[in-house]
Amino acid sequence: MSRDRTEDKPHDEQRHSGAEIIIRALADQGVEVVFGYPGGAVLPIYDALFQQNNIRHVLVRQEGGAVHAAEGYARSTGRPGVVLVTSGPGATNAVTGLADALMDSIPIVCLTGQVATHMIGNDAFQECDTSGITRPCTKHNYLVKDPERLAVTLHEAFYVATNGRPGPVVIDLPKDIQVAEAPYVAPENVEHRTYRPRVRGDYAAIQEAVSLMAHARKPVFYTGGGVINSGPEASQLLRELVRKSGFPITSTLMGLGAYPASDRQFLGMLGMHGTYEANMAMHDCDVMICVGARFDDRVTGRLDAFSPGSKKIHIDIDPSSINKNVAVDVPIVGDVAHVLREMIEAYDASPVKPSAEDLAPWWADIARWRSRNCLAFEQKGDVIKPQYALKRLQELTRERGDVYFTTEVGQHQMWAAQFLEFEEPNHWMTSGGLGTMGYGLPAAMGVQVAHPDALVIDVAGEASTMMNIQEMSTLLQYRLPVKVFILNNRYMGMVRQWQELLHGGRYSESYMDSLPDFVKLAEAFGAVGLRAEKLGDLDDVIREMIETPKAVIADIAIDMKENVYPMVPSGAAHNEMIFGPEDKGESTATVTDEGMALV
Amino acid sequence: MSEKIEKHTISIVVDNEAGVLARVIGLFSGRGYNIESLTVAETDRERNISRITIVTSGTPMVIEQIKAQLGRLVPVHRVGDLTVEGPHVERELALVKVAGTGEARVESLRIADIFRARVVDSTERSFIFELTGSTSKLDAFINLMRPLGLVEVSRTGVVAISRGPEPM
Repeated sequence: MSRDRTEDKPHDEQRHSGAEIIIRALADQGVEVVFGYPGGAVLPIYDALFQQNNIRHVLVRQEGGAVHAAEGYARSTGRPGVVLVTSGPGATNAVTGLADALMDSIPIVCLTGQVATHMIGNDAFQECDTSGITRPCTKHNYLVKDPERLAVTLHEAFYVATNGRPGPVVIDLPKDIQVAEAPYVAPENVEHRTYRPRVRGDYAAIQEAVSLMAHARKPVFYTGGGVINSGPEASQLLRELVRKSGFPITSTLMGLGAYPASDRQFLGMLGMHGTYEANMAMHDCDVMICVGARFDDRVTGRLDAFSPGSKKIHIDIDPSSINKNVAVDVPIVGDVAHVLREMIEAYDASPVKPSAEDLAPWWADIARWRSRNCLAFEQKGDVIKPQYALKRLQELTRERGDVYFTTEVGQHQMWAAQFLEFEEPNHWMTSGGLGTMGYGLPAAMGVQVAHPDALVIDVAGEASTMMNIQEMSTLLQYRLPVKVFILNNRYMGMVRQWQELLHGGRYSESYMDSLPDFVKLAEAFGAVGLRAEKLGDLDDVIREMIETPKAVIADIAIDMKENVYPMVPSGAAHNEMIFGPEDKGESTATVTDEGMALV
Repeated sequence: MSEKIEKHTISIVVDNEAGVLARVIGLFSGRGYNIESLTVAETDRERNISRITIVTSGTPMVIEQIKAQLGRLVPVHRVGDLTVEGPHVERELALVKVAGTGEARVESLRIADIFRARVVDSTERSFIFELTGSTSKLDAFINLMRPLGLVEVSRTGVVAISRGPEPM
């Protein structure tokens, strides 16, 4: 298909095959790259892809990798990620990634092949009820049964995926629809019938929020992934409002980078493995300004003890996030950037505002909490501490502006959140809601596709890495120089940590026996393998990893027994924490039997 | 916020497209909400609109959550909580099959008359009654029929609409 066709008048009478319509719609939606894997039910689409040059295709090694790659692409660019997989197993393999994107509100458009419409329901080869299976793990899904609806459905899917709270959308495409002929409809001629998410916040509520802020003495901003999803402007506006107000700010795992980590008003991440100062400030505050976060159980701890004395303001584009877990005083439904812009205007106009003196006692409290130095660790001896490895990784990459980090899921993920410093949004990709091991490597692949010259590092554990290791092959095929930085403790570390704390140290099935030699494994894929076994190797390995212009697996042998601290054990209140061995104070939490029943 | 369990009648106006009912039901089962009654039918063929009426129960926080979750389903036009949005009318229809002879048969007919139920089918040994009214009226009628030879019951579930000239 040539470019000039897209410049035809919108309702051209010409008829095109379904596959051509699909490719043309993707091009008109500005799609540059598709992550996918062919199969019987999508061959006409692959044939149309072959005959054009507008859209690149990245061939993954398993469909799960395609969705995570699209997530990485989407999160690092702010544009929707596009996936193309076949019917049956192609679609079911994509399900984990779709559920992941739904939980973390990532815009994905996933095209799945389907058996021909007359075969549906007959248990045909590679048939599955894709729309039924994906209904609860997508924002919306479609099964196209009418060729005339194909173009419209594609444009609608992009609209739904990217507007309101973003999320994954599946379009199931029977094979006969891919070959049937129909006219093309351009995106500007498509308007959605029902879906009109509200972006502007209610002005009276914004005024009320500002009035609470104006009289606050112990305020805190609690910000999340919604700030990042709202776009770069939201992060700028957040910085402006936070600096103007002089209030402290903490962030969820998903929101890191929206506010610069190096700023003195930033308290670090909050929640189960958040900092002492962030959790204490949340607990003791009088006004909480929640911006694009959703009071997740990893943040709140035991709900009845969550920030008992505060008035709570909650900005969220999704009305169902309001009062879901925590009842709030001032809900504002709207897009973060829109609301913050009006909030800043209202705050500027407010005759009263807390002065620096008004906030001084609060900052004194925070300084006391900070002085506990809750992330302290001691690097002694030859065995590498994971925290130290990440600190060095941070220091040795700091000079480069274009560094993107992804992670897998587990202890390394929490250490990465604690010890890497994010200054900008869209540079940190991690599976927050679903907690998908195997996310980081394919996500890094998607980031690198979007940013070919950037330094993209997947901070990984050895167990997670094994879950999507096949994508190393994709990295090599497309010359994507992703760095897989494995903090190798030979355990599913977070499982081991919970077994130590909650199950009497019975390490049931959490030891990773028979691990591969990661250096040789890297070489088998055609990548570069590096290993640091003792402290003296660490800096050299990191430097060599950064300087190597191709994919690298860096296997860092770390202290096998290290745990992530501080920790709010499940079932405890968010101001009750367990601290690491370097802490001089007392732990304020105990592990309870009730907590054992919680995830 | 109150922990008291309340019963609410919720009306959902949706695009009549494939899978829309599955979306609504899946939402209730997936998030652990109750469905006490559910009815659905197309109400506007030209505009391709269906109306789903659900009677559900939960704490006020859960009811609000149910409405918000319904509201964010893509094919949903409007979610109305008839229980809180002013007076409304609720009706349910039942078909009740009663078999018997002699005094029980006559008695069932007498009670049907009191309840303004219609006989829509009759054999020498049975009646089918058609009864419209509130859920509690239907319950009362069915309970009275039990000793008189109740065979089986088919009910529509609740349909509801707000009073007055305005649409929901």
